[in-house]
Amino acid sequence: MAEALRFHYEVDGDNFTSAGAASVEVKRKLRQLGFDAELIRRVSIAMYEGEINMVVHARGGSADVYVDKDCVTIILADRGPGIPDIDLAMQEGYSTAPDNIRALGFGAGMGLPNMKRYTDEMKIETVLKQGTTVTMKVYINHTKQTEKGTSEEGK
Amino acid sequence: MTVLGLKETLNLTAFALPQGERHVRGGYAGDLLSWVMGKAEADDAWLTIMSNPNILAVATLTDVSCIILCEGVVPDAGVANLAAEKEINLLGSESSVFALAAQIARLL
Repeated sequence: MAEALRFHYEVDGDNFTSAGAASVEVKRKLRQLGFDAELIRRVSIAMYEGEINMVVHARGGSADVYVDKDCVTIILADRGPGIPDIDLAMQEGYSTAPDNIRALGFGAGMGLPNMKRYTDEMKIETVLKQGTTVTMKVYINHTKQTEKGTSEEGK
Repeated sequence: MTVLGLKETLNLTAFALPQGERHVRGGYAGDLLSWVMGKAEADDAWLTIMSNPNILAVATLTDVSCIILCEGVVPDAGVANLAAEKEINLLGSESSVFALAAQIARLL
């Protein structure tokens, strides 16, 4: 691949039913491109968690996915309220999701920790009342060992 | 064991069974979707009481072989049709999550 492939999605902040559509589409595309199952799983789960965060906290945003020969990069950008305390937000179990979202099974406080766990690099840029951009990278052929040790070397 | 085999053996309800031949190699039980995303593995049977459309995205992304709604829970309106469309096996059981997990564990 000489140039990066780019996929762009708008994430609808008003439609909780379709949340995850972009991640499912990225998963399908990566599968078509022949990536191994563990890499696809990591990219699509990290992206899904970010997508849900944008719907829950920021009324949607945009998702861009770049695939080049070394890595898959996911950039999620929103114009939401921003994250006041990133360290706190990164703690497992900490959540500010409202009750109606929790009733759907979200808001466990595992979204950001899952995103970090499933990616090789994660950067959060946030400005209060302006928005948040999360950039995640998953390296190809250098699969991070997850806690369960289920990763395998890239094929 | 296949999803169809599991359905027949445990007398599960099939809300959608587009891929009955898929194999079940393990299981995961949970209702918090991010926990499921983080812990369920490909080809697991996922036992839950969550019945909203978001379970379909979670099932697709984690590659579980089926979702089993326990405790007599039925899918929300439209979810069974959506599952069929997205080729996700969606089953149901009157059993508790604990009882069904124990039964599945004995079969695998």
